[in-house]
Amino acid sequence: MTDNNIERPEGRVVPARVVGTPPAAGPSLGEEPVHAPPGDPGVVEQDPAAARRAERVVALLFTIAFLAGAGFIASYVTFQVGDIDSTATSNFALGGTLTLALLSLAIGITVWVRQIMPKYNLVQERHAMVSDPETREYVKETFLQGANESGFVKHGLLRRTLLLAAAPLGLAPLVLLKDLGPLPGTVLRHTVWGKPTENGKPRRLVVEGTGQPIRAADFNSPGGILSVVPEGYEHDLNELAKATLILLKLRQEEFKSGTNLNWTHDGIVAYSKICTHVGCPAALYEQTTHHILCPCHQSTFDAADGAKVIFGPAARPLPQLPIGIDDEGYLIAKSDFHVPVGPSFWERGDAEAEARETKS
Amino acid sequence: MNAPPKAIAGTSTFLDERLGAGSFLKRNLRKIFPDHWSFLLGEIALYSFIILLLTGTFLTFWFKPGMGHTTYLGSYAPLYGVQMSEAYASTLHITFDVRGGLLIRQMHHWAALLFVAGMMVHMLRVFFTGAYRKPRELNWLIGVLLLSLALVEGLTGYSLPDDLLSGAGLRITQGVALSIPIVGTYISFFLFGGEYPGHDVISRFYSLHILLIPGILLALISAHMILMWVQKHTQMPGKGRTESNVVGAPFYPAFMAKAGAFFLFTFGVIALLGTFAQINPVWLYGPYTPADISAGSQPDFYMGFLEGSLRLMPAWEFNLFGYTFAMSVLIPALVPLGIVMTGLALYPFLEQWVTGDRREHHVCDRPRNNPHRTAIGMAGITFYGVLWLLGANDEISSTFHISLYTTTILGRIAIFVGPAIAYFVAYRICIGLQRKDAEVLSHGVESGVIKRMPNGQYIEVHTPPAEDIAAHIRGKKEIPIIEGGVDGEEVPPKGLRSGVGRLRAKMSKAYGTDHVPFHEEEVEEHAAVGAGEHKQLH
Repeated sequence: MTDNNIERPEGRVVPARVVGTPPAAGPSLGEEPVHAPPGDPGVVEQDPAAARRAERVVALLFTIAFLAGAGFIASYVTFQVGDIDSTATSNFALGGTLTLALLSLAIGITVWVRQIMPKYNLVQERHAMVSDPETREYVKETFLQGANESGFVKHGLLRRTLLLAAAPLGLAPLVLLKDLGPLPGTVLRHTVWGKPTENGKPRRLVVEGTGQPIRAADFNSPGGILSVVPEGYEHDLNELAKATLILLKLRQEEFKSGTNLNWTHDGIVAYSKICTHVGCPAALYEQTTHHILCPCHQSTFDAADGAKVIFGPAARPLPQLPIGIDDEGYLIAKSDFHVPVGPSFWERGDAEAEARETKS
Repeated sequence: MNAPPKAIAGTSTFLDERLGAGSFLKRNLRKIFPDHWSFLLGEIALYSFIILLLTGTFLTFWFKPGMGHTTYLGSYAPLYGVQMSEAYASTLHITFDVRGGLLIRQMHHWAALLFVAGMMVHMLRVFFTGAYRKPRELNWLIGVLLLSLALVEGLTGYSLPDDLLSGAGLRITQGVALSIPIVGTYISFFLFGGEYPGHDVISRFYSLHILLIPGILLALISAHMILMWVQKHTQMPGKGRTESNVVGAPFYPAFMAKAGAFFLFTFGVIALLGTFAQINPVWLYGPYTPADISAGSQPDFYMGFLEGSLRLMPAWEFNLFGYTFAMSVLIPALVPLGIVMTGLALYPFLEQWVTGDRREHHVCDRPRNNPHRTAIGMAGITFYGVLWLLGANDEISSTFHISLYTTTILGRIAIFVGPAIAYFVAYRICIGLQRKDAEVLSHGVESGVIKRMPNGQYIEVHTPPAEDIAAHIRGKKEIPIIEGGVDGEEVPPKGLRSGVGRLRAKMSKAYGTDHVPFHEEEVEEHAAVGAGEHKQLH
């Protein structure tokens, strides 16, 4: 900005004009040409000797770019992919040569511009964007003339029926989108825990990943934690998004009033793993404090006290699932959750209060 | 060279006879582009977008936007035989079984980050220099739209690989959608084709990500460029630069070559990052399941402020008439985004309303010369920055051994106090810098020469500042203040008698008052300035 002080005197090309006054009628894109006659003070040629020296630097850089570009093609042919190590090698070879080629080219062109091309300090006039009054008047007249000639103003029936015709067509695309999804209905209120299995038995809790059912007697060390999914739905992501549980074993005396002890079995308690804030799995458990933490937004729930919220943006406790054991001693769901799991939604209402009412 | 080569002359004639290209080129070949380092920031975004189109097209050749279950049988051994979606399997295929696939995928991700980052710093440059003022308000609005769309483009993009991390982002998106009053459940069901996660969202995001949004982006970027071209670029104040001219280098050949070099620099840096800086290693995360998550999950940086605001919000939810208002999701998801985007879009018009300034502006303000605007901008940056930092409060907590909850509580305070402090500090710094400028003009600069006066007094000789520096400083323009009624003396004009009008007049006075007017006549009077002892500053 300050490396060049040579300028044209103000207003030599076009007389200085007051901002806001109409410009000369000109083309819509661009202005009159800027000529830079030889010896223009706005164009300062570089020293020819320095330019020749710069040329050698540029040529070297362009040659490097050529070699690196050729190296890129060679790397593509030479280095195969297929496992982590070979992919890494190929990536470094391809990326390294590409980077070198691009940056050498970029630096070369920069040297060319800065040390071989002249230094410029040219001046071009600006014009206010507004059209001159005659043009504006002409456009206004033409608009009125056209509007009147078309009869759009005079023939009201035509105008109104045209608007009428456009209305449904404008709505049509929106209507077409209706089949993007089914209506919500009440599916957000229920999970598969309430649905008996095909042979009519209550649904077992199985370990996420292995699909093993859990024998209550085996899950007996206090402080234990399991991520649990419903039997038969181990790979159904829609159901997992609602029905996944966090299964905890606490000492009987550790429970506080928030937990419904009738819904536990021998110190084993099951809470929905889906955070009531925006639905991330509340996957972190701190054994000593019984805190369940959601890693997304750090809502913290007290597992000993009905998973009530201790900190963070979640507004409701993680719902507790009533669990028991079947005749083989495996953990089962005694019923569905009594309140909808997961994030709040408009139609949810005060489901906790409703649940309390139906119970009493 | 005295005549164009035949090949070029022939082609030109052919085109000119059919398009009349000659008169366009006559007007535009030597179009002048002013020079300043900060004018390059927008170009970073532009070139990143081109690179995104190139690398993105490459990725589409192999990517399969499907959520159907498949068993991975590719060459990445740790996941061999694992059940996953087609989208995730094809992402692994691009990474490990296509030569250059990993490189292009990482370059695509880095280019996306650079695209948004470039837009942000470019926008800050335009804001702080007042380059959004008349006649460029429309281009500013296009820019705000571009930034908003880029966020959506980013969100739809990083959801596509369907790995565990991208799924967490989708889950949060769905949770936020659910919280919207009345229509939230419907939006979620229509977006996901039913219950979350469903089987449709990847293919829907795919068509948004590679067709609809890039198409709109391309159209808006073209409009942005054409407007910039027609209105001519703004320039920084300086010697010989006025509101009615533009001083710089011609498009052909200098600017063209510079722009080409800068494109290659951007491309080269993105290639460098794509090669050596691992990004989004999806193979480590595993396929998505709504039952799992990894600790320390972070979105891309431009989504961090939304993540932070969700983390910051205290639990607040109430039920009314049997319906749920999930304020602890709604407020953080919509309010900060609304404040930032609406504030940006409205600022040029609010400023015009307050100052009553209807003039065209082509010379940029130096940020110090409009202290209130700069202070408002810094307050905005702080607001955004606190949210953004809090989006990583788990990392801050574990890195600096601060309790997690303490970071959240500090953030809740900082989000209100921080912007106020930033406003005050930025305002004072601006005034201080203006005083420094005024001093340079009125007292000159220290020359390093100590002079003994006849009476024995020693003084340091000051010399007037270098011409170009002085011109740069003198580029400060007064900010208009709407007339009347402010001092309560004369009868205020009609529009300013109402409460809003009085507030407007008050704001106008505060916004426009120049606390550091220049008094250059002092230069001659000042004893310490030794005439004829000019010394170049640099």
